[in-house]
Amino acid sequence: MPLNRKVAFIDLSSGNIETKTIPLEIRKKFLGGRGLDAYFLLNHTPKGCDPLGPDNALMISGGILCATCASATARTHVMAKSPLTNLLGSANMGGFFAPEMAWAGFHHLVIKGKADHPVYIYIHNGEIEIRDARPMWGMMSTAAQWAIRDDLGDQEVKSCVCGPAGENLVRFANVMTGIKNAAGRSGMGAVMGSKNLKAVAARGTMDIKIAHPVEALEFNKRFIDQIVSAKVNQTQGTLGTPFIWGATNSWGGIRCRNFQYNQCEYADDMEPERIDEICAETMGPYHMTGCFGCQVHCRAQYRIPEGPYAGIYEEGPEYTSQGAFGGETDTPRALTVLVGNHLVDQYGMDNLETGSLISWAMELYEKGIIGKKETDGLALEFGNDEAVIEMIKRICYRKSYIGDVLAEGGIRAAEKIGKDSFSYLIQVKGMSNLHSDERATPGLALNIAVSSRGSDHLRSRPAIDLYHLPQDVMRRIYSSPVAYDGPLSSEHTEYIGKPWQVFWHENTYMAVDCLGICKYHTTFLGATLPNFEDWPKVLYLNTGIEMTPLEIWMVARRCNMVERLFNLREGLTRDDLKKGDMLNHRYFDEPTRRGALDVVGRVIERDKFVKMVDEFYKHKGLDNNGVPKPETLKELGLENEPSHLL
Amino acid sequence: MSKALYINHEKCTGCRLCELVCAVKHDGISNPARSRIRVMKWEQEGLYVPMSCQQCQDAPCMNVCPVKAISKDEKLGAIMIDYDVCIGCRSCVAVCPFGAMSFNVIEKKVFKCDLCEGDPQCVRFCEEKAIDFVEPNEVSIAKKRTAAERISNAAKEGAALLTQHQ
Repeated sequence: MPLNRKVAFIDLSSGNIETKTIPLEIRKKFLGGRGLDAYFLLNHTPKGCDPLGPDNALMISGGILCATCASATARTHVMAKSPLTNLLGSANMGGFFAPEMAWAGFHHLVIKGKADHPVYIYIHNGEIEIRDARPMWGMMSTAAQWAIRDDLGDQEVKSCVCGPAGENLVRFANVMTGIKNAAGRSGMGAVMGSKNLKAVAARGTMDIKIAHPVEALEFNKRFIDQIVSAKVNQTQGTLGTPFIWGATNSWGGIRCRNFQYNQCEYADDMEPERIDEICAETMGPYHMTGCFGCQVHCRAQYRIPEGPYAGIYEEGPEYTSQGAFGGETDTPRALTVLVGNHLVDQYGMDNLETGSLISWAMELYEKGIIGKKETDGLALEFGNDEAVIEMIKRICYRKSYIGDVLAEGGIRAAEKIGKDSFSYLIQVKGMSNLHSDERATPGLALNIAVSSRGSDHLRSRPAIDLYHLPQDVMRRIYSSPVAYDGPLSSEHTEYIGKPWQVFWHENTYMAVDCLGICKYHTTFLGATLPNFEDWPKVLYLNTGIEMTPLEIWMVARRCNMVERLFNLREGLTRDDLKKGDMLNHRYFDEPTRRGALDVVGRVIERDKFVKMVDEFYKHKGLDNNGVPKPETLKELGLENEPSHLL
Repeated sequence: MSKALYINHEKCTGCRLCELVCAVKHDGISNPARSRIRVMKWEQEGLYVPMSCQQCQDAPCMNVCPVKAISKDEKLGAIMIDYDVCIGCRSCVAVCPFGAMSFNVIEKKVFKCDLCEGDPQCVRFCEEKAIDFVEPNEVSIAKKRTAAERISNAAKEGAALLTQHQ
């Protein structure tokens, strides 16, 4: 049964390990994955704790459907208080780790304390062991994974690890599994590094009994047919996410030169077809790979074609690496992106944060706020490919003043650099925005402003807003599972109806993160993909739990509110530029300079933005300060949280 | 002649859905250890090779079985195990050159691919057709064509090189 997968509480200071079953009433309230992690975070981290101290609890989990007969139940979720933002830290990745952990008997880990020397945790068929990781300390993310396999004498072991960046406490270090799967954002790798925890390894051969196997198998086939018939997923399956970069850049939705332009010119070398050509030349005609149980197979395989890293195997690049190491820094060369992508994967460092901070530093250099003294002689100029690669290395190893300062994340770096450096920083809640430019899309701007982990596209982005869907289609999508009769606009430049869309997507993405399936299998990039109406069936056939679409919606609302409660406890205030639901002034003051006619010359209108936030709060059941009303907490059954029940 | 599984590992994306659906189909359980097909991986090279029973003509498992529990189903083209006769000695596991005969440690019995009574679920779920269910002679004619194309291309490239150097 998926439901008999346990939670383990592991104290690295004492070596104490306690395993518990997860009560059904907790399951029905939070399901699993990110939602239940949020419950653990609120219940197991003391208020105001040091994110890099032993009190911070690190959660690693799979969703409730993890490794069941549903499509792409591959997702591993990682949560802790973020060393980058001092607020919610949360990141989700594909690959094969969470299913292996489920076959080894566990859905959730809550890791506290700090080991007195580097260790790794080994989970094997219901048993958990803390093992010596001193030989793996200092290793790159993949080398560490293979070394653990050799140490255990088992090539089927799956691990998630921190790389050198995590060991060096780079505040946006990530957690890696496989070649390129990254629980990328908000510094979860640094939390591992701070605990002397190099890796968590799993190997399992325990049965997961499917509640209704014959029907589950048939339903899964239908589900997969629906998913792979979507044009967007067929494109993902041949070109990978670079196709998104190609489309949004030509349209004018990509940050270039930090925030000075919204389109990267002369970028032919980074077009999706060009990236695909390199993949085909180096890996042959079949060069796409996928996560556990997924038929979309959206990640490409390549070998670096030339230069000092020539011949090295890597996966990707995702469109985020194109934006981070090509667009923002105005170095639109495939080789720079492919090498940059490889380095951050090996170092275990968030590509989005790294690229954003390098491009921010480049703008500071251009404006004379920092100079050759701060960069230790490096010409940190836009368009300088060598500088991009050099900065990735310097940040990971905290080399030179500028490398060490940027490794601290944007807000701390701005405090150290001083002058008006902060006003150039494109961030929300201390986390850099990805490479996208939201000035022409108020709905997307609202999404990054209110995202629970800081500026990010994966928590509530109404990405289908860009498709200009017919009203009746929008009405159908956004009026289920709860009725909505307010305004909706098919126009991406509009403000009306966007707060409801962001609220709806926030709940959709939370629901899939609790179920443990991939966002590409829901209404994220494709309007025809499964959502609330389809999940109760998958959940019932695999686990036996009966829930209505509305009940799953309420789980998602509840879990989003738990994240909100954590953020409020740790100091979130509505208009705080460093800790609030607010955008940098540049979104309001600097019009876009490039792009299509519906993009160029646009800013976010401040008064309309404020009204959108008001309305979003109303949908969520928050007061005007962004604090939940007592009746909202009661409605969601959260009036007694933290409850310390588990 | 009955159809056979044809695995083209170059097309495999490494997702292991075949393992999942195989175990669910046969045992109603998700557990790769119960799957008749397993994807062997070299992640550091991006190489994935699905391995399953070849349903050999002169099957070593059948030959080695001391109690004649293994026989060939001529209609289906599958080597089948008669569990009423099987004594669980695992000689077949030891002798299979492909590792296609496995041992279930929970139920204490050997198991292998039975072609799902002619509708192999691994084939049904593999969108990439890395695993296909075809007439054996179709396999070789398709491979002949691919190889011929390669030889022809090589000949053209060789001729071009010769012209360049003359």
